[in-house]
Amino acid sequence: MFQFKYPENFLRALGKPLVVFISRVGELSEFIARALYSCVTPPFYPRLLLKQIINIGFYSLPVVALTTLFAGMVIALQTHAGFSSYGAESAIATVVLISVTRELAPAFAGLMVAGRIGAAMAAEIGTMRVTEQIDALSTLSTDPYKYLVAPRLLAGVIVLPLLVVIGDIIGIFGGYLVAVYQLDFNPANYINATVNELQLIDITTGVIKAAVFGFVIALMGCYNGYKSKGGAQGVGEATTNAVVTSSILILILNYVITGLIFTE
Amino acid sequence: MNQENNKIEVSELYKAFGRKRVLNGVNLSLKKGESLVVIGGSGTGKSVLIKCIQGLIEPDKGSIKIDGFETVGTPRKDCEKYYATMGMLFQGGALFDSLSVWENVAFGLIENQKMPKKQAKEKAIEVLRQVGLGADVADLSPSEISGGMQKRVGLARAIATKPEVIFFDEPTTGLDPIMADVINDLIISSVKKLGAAALTITHDMASARKIADKIAMLYQGKIIWQGTVEEMDKSDNPYVRQFISGSAKGPIKVEI
Repeated sequence: MFQFKYPENFLRALGKPLVVFISRVGELSEFIARALYSCVTPPFYPRLLLKQIINIGFYSLPVVALTTLFAGMVIALQTHAGFSSYGAESAIATVVLISVTRELAPAFAGLMVAGRIGAAMAAEIGTMRVTEQIDALSTLSTDPYKYLVAPRLLAGVIVLPLLVVIGDIIGIFGGYLVAVYQLDFNPANYINATVNELQLIDITTGVIKAAVFGFVIALMGCYNGYKSKGGAQGVGEATTNAVVTSSILILILNYVITGLIFTE
Repeated sequence: MNQENNKIEVSELYKAFGRKRVLNGVNLSLKKGESLVVIGGSGTGKSVLIKCIQGLIEPDKGSIKIDGFETVGTPRKDCEKYYATMGMLFQGGALFDSLSVWENVAFGLIENQKMPKKQAKEKAIEVLRQVGLGADVADLSPSEISGGMQKRVGLARAIATKPEVIFFDEPTTGLDPIMADVINDLIISSVKKLGAAALTITHDMASARKIADKIAMLYQGKIIWQGTVEEMDKSDNPYVRQFISGSAKGPIKVEI
């Protein structure tokens, strides 16, 4: 028996999931506002920021390097397969350059770091939540947002662009390897084509994306960890949620940012 | 009643989680230097009560005054000065596992009182000695020491900043009877030494008898009885009688 006379009845018909969804959105918004506020107000913890930068940046280098290397290589191979019938083999350098710098390096670096770091952040902060370590921080007059969340967010935004610039270089190098050693291109011509085609917007697009992804990864890791409850199972859920939501958001935002920059 | 002597004054405090009412009009006061023990069964809102007092949970309505300063409804930033006078020993210790033992103890000294590291470490070792731990544990990580030692380190961390009130959340839970008694003695001696007030929540009656100046019983979100240990033993309140005798029969219904 449904009656839509009053808004209350309408909402009731939509049920609990809607209420949960709306309260989640509110909770996340409040978390983002507090987190951003703590990033710009003292006290700052430079030592913790440095630790996070090393953790996120330095130790992610191998996975980012490997994924972008093979991404560049496979793009070179596919472009050759697709374009050789049109006699446009010279396009390989351009295609590798654009796809690696604008799309592949930021997306792969983002996804790799989301799996590596987003999960670790959610697990660490979630464990601190369920073992009352976060409450203990508060009782020692230390704001957990400033001590735990702010250094991670800042590190994410600072480090991911750097990782992506390195990924750009390695990805393009991967394309070069395939073009020169497998497809027998002239090395000098390939490098020339790459340098001539290189535009600033290719790099900036990737860097902007990386900064956004870094923010999203750290945010989802911290948020899910911070709000986790219910012991080991809760921490496990938080970890899963952090990785899944940040991976999905990375792919969606990747499209949105490309759309914003490249469509007039 | 002398209001000025009260370090903490809680009146008509309410807190519900969803439809579950946890605190249902709690009235409680803690005098300076007094040791108050709140007893009550599991899930009666003891932890919620002390978390409300420390500003870790926001109550729905009511009043909490610390040194006469109303904290309910006041932004945390303005209350920080009052919260800084309180320390807490958590049930599981809640030691920071990314830091070593001495860094845990010195946390408040380094982060808030801006004490230089070297001096803070000396101070931390001194406080560790007060709780019966040697300097050799200072550089270990919290996961390398036993549960009883973790509790002692937690106590050392709580008293290192010389707070005026210390909260103890089930200080003896999960310890063997001898270690529990050691912790009780440490609580008494460290609290006396600081001249601090103590608010302990527990369901360990042996511990309550030993450390309490005053006992309050929390049942269904309300303080239903208050008095000294002697008064408790003479009390004919059926709830109190059932709780201290630990009987399954009586007015207290246990949700199974």
